Amino acid sequence: MSVATITETAQYLTFKLEEEIFALDISKVREVLDFTKVTKVPQTPDFMLGVINLRGSVVPVVDMRLKFGLSKTETTVHTCIIIVEIELDGENTVLGALVDSVQEVMELSPDQVEPPPRIGTRLNTKFIKGMGKKDDEFIIILEIDKVFSAEEFALAQQLGDEQLPLAQNE
Amino acid sequence: MKDRHQETYKEEASELLTELEVALLELEQDPEDSDLIGRVFRALHTIKGSGAMFGFEDIASFTHEVETVFDLVRDGQIAVTKFLVDLGLAARDEIRAMLHGSSPEDEGNKAEIIAALRTLIPGQEVAAAQFPEPDPAPEEFTPAGAPVTYRIRFRPPADIFLTGTNPVHLLNELRQLGELQAVAQTEAIPGLAEINPEHCYTSWDIFLTTSLGLDAIADVFIFVADDSELDIQVIDDGSEAAGDYKKLGEILVARGELEPDHLDEVLAQRPLLGETLIQQGLLSCEQVQSALVEQQHVRTVQKKRQESKGAASIRVPSAKLDKLVDLVGELVTVQARLSQTAAGLQDADLLAIAEEVEQLTWELRDNALNIRMLPIGTIFTKFQRLVRDLSAELGREVDLLTSGADTELDKTVLERLNDPLVHLIRNSIDHGIELPEARVQAGKPRKGKLTLTARHSGAQVVIQVNDDGIGLDKDAIRSKAVALGWLAADTEIPEKELFAFIMAPGFSTAREITSVSGRGVGMDVVKRAIEALRGSIELDSRKGVGTTITIKLPLTLAIIEGLLVTIKDDFFVLPLAVVTECVELTREDVANSHGHNIANVRGEIVPYIPLRERFRIYGEPPAIEQIVITEMDSNRVGFIVDHVIGEQQTVIKSLGRIYHNVEGISGATILGDGTVALILDVPQLMQIEAAASKAAYFECN
Amino acid sequence: MSKVIMTVDDSASVRQMVSFTLQGAGYQVIAAVDGRDALGKMNPGPVHLVITDLNMPNLDGVGLIRQLRADAKHKFLPIIMLTTESQVERKQEGKAAGATGWIVKPFKPEQLVAVVKKVLG
Repeated sequence: MSVATITETAQYLTFKLEEEIFALDISKVREVLDFTKVTKVPQTPDFMLGVINLRGSVVPVVDMRLKFGLSKTETTVHTCIIIVEIELDGENTVLGALVDSVQEVMELSPDQVEPPPRIGTRLNTKFIKGMGKKDDEFIIILEIDKVFSAEEFALAQQLGDEQLPLAQNE
Repeated sequence: MKDRHQETYKEEASELLTELEVALLELEQDPEDSDLIGRVFRALHTIKGSGAMFGFEDIASFTHEVETVFDLVRDGQIAVTKFLVDLGLAARDEIRAMLHGSSPEDEGNKAEIIAALRTLIPGQEVAAAQFPEPDPAPEEFTPAGAPVTYRIRFRPPADIFLTGTNPVHLLNELRQLGELQAVAQTEAIPGLAEINPEHCYTSWDIFLTTSLGLDAIADVFIFVADDSELDIQVIDDGSEAAGDYKKLGEILVARGELEPDHLDEVLAQRPLLGETLIQQGLLSCEQVQSALVEQQHVRTVQKKRQESKGAASIRVPSAKLDKLVDLVGELVTVQARLSQTAAGLQDADLLAIAEEVEQLTWELRDNALNIRMLPIGTIFTKFQRLVRDLSAELGREVDLLTSGADTELDKTVLERLNDPLVHLIRNSIDHGIELPEARVQAGKPRKGKLTLTARHSGAQVVIQVNDDGIGLDKDAIRSKAVALGWLAADTEIPEKELFAFIMAPGFSTAREITSVSGRGVGMDVVKRAIEALRGSIELDSRKGVGTTITIKLPLTLAIIEGLLVTIKDDFFVLPLAVVTECVELTREDVANSHGHNIANVRGEIVPYIPLRERFRIYGEPPAIEQIVITEMDSNRVGFIVDHVIGEQQTVIKSLGRIYHNVEGISGATILGDGTVALILDVPQLMQIEAAASKAAYFECN
Repeated sequence: MSKVIMTVDDSASVRQMVSFTLQGAGYQVIAAVDGRDALGKMNPGPVHLVITDLNMPNLDGVGLIRQLRADAKHKFLPIIMLTTESQVERKQEGKAAGATGWIVKPFKPEQLVAVVKKVLG
C-alpha cells in the first residue's frame, strides 16, 4: 500500500477531467494510449466502460468522469486512456483510466503538497492523497489504489445489478 | 420424483385390483373363459412388474406367487375352481392392504395364502417358489485393473438390420470401453448383382484395450450374441512381459487361419510375408490387414505401458507449461489474423500457407493443452486412504467407489479441486454416513457407500460426491435458517434453495463437534472455491437415504472452439461444444409467439433468450435474427443474436478482477482484427433465465 | 434434434416412469397404452425407437413387433421389449418376431437409459 503522507519529492502524471487537474504517482503509470474502441461488458455499471485490446491482453477501462460523478466523457482528439498498474485485493492488476486529456509529468516536493481537505471537494476524501499546488492551480493527487479498490467495484457491481430491470417480455 | 411415480402406481394398482376382482368374480361364473383368465393374469402381472419398479418389493414378491399360479391356469395346467377364486380374492385383498401399508398380522395371512397357492402347483408342493432378487443396476464401479487387450471377432447374422440393430452403434459402444481399432472384413460381400441391400455381409476384427473386463465387452453384444458369431480372446493380458509382440505369421497361425507348414514354406522364400500370402491366395488382403492392425495395436499398448513406467517421461515445472499455453494462445490469435488477411488478399499461395499454418496451430494447440490435462483419478486414489483413515477415526465403515477416473481436467483446476473434495468427503463420513449399528437398525447395509464420479457433459465436467447416509434434515435446516432470520417462518421454498443455505457463510447445523467438523471450514468455503473455478455446486438429499453433491466445472481450457456472433456492433463467442444448431427467427415468428420467448424449431418448443434485450443493447434488430440453439444437460435454450459469423478459435482471456462478478460473460477473446469479443457464459445465462422465468411464473400465479 | 421414443405399456406407472426418465435424458416420448394404440400413433412419425411391454390387451407386444416388422417403413426400427424374468419363452418369441433387445423388469432408470443409448447409438 502507498504511504499515507508524502515525504519525498515524486513525479506525477497530471490529467484533466472537466476543468479540474488530477495527478497520479508516475510509478503507477504504465503508458498512455490514444482513445481506442472499447467493448462494453453487458450488465455492468456505466463507469465501467468496458475492455480494450492492449497488445493481446484484455484490459478493463474505467471512465474517470463517471467514476467521480461528472457527466460521461465525450471523446475528443485529446481523450486518452492512462494504463495504470494498481493493487487490487493484494494482486497487481492493469487498468485503463479514460480521461479528458493528459497534461504533463511534473515533480512535486513535499512542501508543495498539502493534506487532503476535509470538505469542499465533491470527491470522497479517501481517494485523495494530497493537494498539490503549482502556479496557483490546485492539483488533486489521487490515491489510485483506493479509487480502484475491490470494495468500490463490488459496490458498483451491486448497484449495476439493481439498476437492471428483468429483461422479461410479458 | 420417485414419490410421484409411487402415487401413480398406487392409483393404477387400485384400478387393477378392481379389475382383478371383477374378472375373478366373472371367472367363477364362467371358469372356461380364456379371455377372463388373461385379464386376471395381466392385472397380476402389471401389479407385480410395476410394483418392483417403484419400491413395492413386498407387493411384487407376493403377487409373483399368485401370478405363477394363474400362469399355469392360463396354460391349462390348473383348473379354475371356487377354491382358486377364493384364494385369488383373498390375495387381492391382501395386496390392497399392502398398498395402504400392511400391519404385522397381515404377514400371517400372506404366508397362509402363499402356502395354499403352492399346494395348487402340480408337483411343486414343496418347492419354494422364490421371487428372485431384482438385478442390481450394473455397477460401473470397477476396481481399475491393468488394461487387457482383446481380439473380438464379430460376425453379425446377415439379417441383423431386420432386428433394428445397427452394428456400428455396437462398435461405438465398444470404443467407449477403451482404445479400439476395428478392421472390417468385407470379403463376404457378393457381387453387385447378388447383393441384398438389406443384408449385412461385413464382419469385424476388433482390437480393444480396456481395463473393464470381459463382462463389459460381453454386455455390449448382449442383444446379438445369440445370433452372431462372436469370439473374444485375450491377446495381451497387461502383464509385465512387454517383449516384441508376435510376428505377423505367428498371429495368423494363432488365429488358426494359417497352417504352420505354409508359414515355414513362405518364410523360406521371401521376407514380405503379408504380400506373399495374399499373392499365393492363401489369405485375403483383409485378413492380413487385420493381423497387421492387431500387431500394431498390441505393440502400441505395450509401448505405452513401457512409457507409463516413467522411462519416457520428464518432469517440467508447470510454469513452463503455462507459458507454453500462453504462447500458443498468442499464436492462435496471430494465425486468425493471418487467415483473415490471406482471405482478403485472395492470393492462392498465401491462402495455402495460411491454411497450413492453421492446421499446425490447431495441432499444436491440442497438444499443448493436452499436456496440462490430468485424469481426475490422480486425486481419486489419494482419497482411498483418506476415507480409510477417517472411517477408522470416526468409527464408520465405508466403501469408497469411484467412476470416471479417467475424466481429464486441466491441471490447475484439478489442484484447486482437491481441498473442496476432501472437505466434502469428510462431511459425508462425519455427518452423512451413520455408525454401523445405526445403519443396521435403519435397515441399511452395515457398510456405508461413498461414491465419487466424474464425467464430461458438454463443455463441463460434472463431479458428484454421493453417500448413502442419513441425508440432510430439512426441518433442522429450515429452523436454523428461520432462527438466523434468513427465512420467514411461514415461507415455502423449494428444496434446492433450502439446501443452499448450508453453503451460506455462518450456517452449521452440526449438533456435535467432532475433531473433523471442528476444523472451521464450512460448506461456504467449498462453494467459494468451486465458484472461483467458474463452477457451480448443488446439493440434493433425501432424509435417511443419502446426499448427493454435484459440482459442475467448465473445462477451463485456455483455448476453446467458439461460434462467433454479432449483436449490433458487438462480437460475442459461444462455446461450440454446447451449440447444436442455428435457425432463423423472423419478425413473424416473434409475433406468432405472442410475447413468449419461445421458438418452434421443427415442432419442438425451444425457449430463447433475447440477448439484445438482456444485455440492453439499444437499436433496431435486423429483420431476420438468428437463434443459436445450445444444449446442456438436455436443456435446450436458444440465444437470439443479429448475425452468426462462424466458427472461431477462441483464446480465453480473463476480463480482469474488476469484472469478477459479471453475470453471463465468462471471459473475452481477441479477434483477428484486434477487436475484443466477449465469451458468453452459457450455463450461467441458462440459470439466470430459468430463475427469471420461475419468478415470472410465480408472479403470474 | 432429439430422437422420438414410443413407450407402449398398459401400466400407467411404467409409462410415466419411462417417459419421465427418457425425457430427462433428452428424448421426446410418445406413450401408447397397447399395441393397437401404438400402431395408430406411429404416424406421422418419425419414431426412432419403440419400447414395448409384452403382456397387453388388444394387441400384445409380440403382435406389435410382428406388425411393425411387416411394414416396410418400420423394418429397421429398433424395438426394445420389457420382459419379466418369468417370461423367457415370450422373450424368445419377441426376438424371433424381430425385437432388437430387451429389458428385464423391474429395472432402474439408469438401466433404461443405458439400453436406449445402446440401441440408438
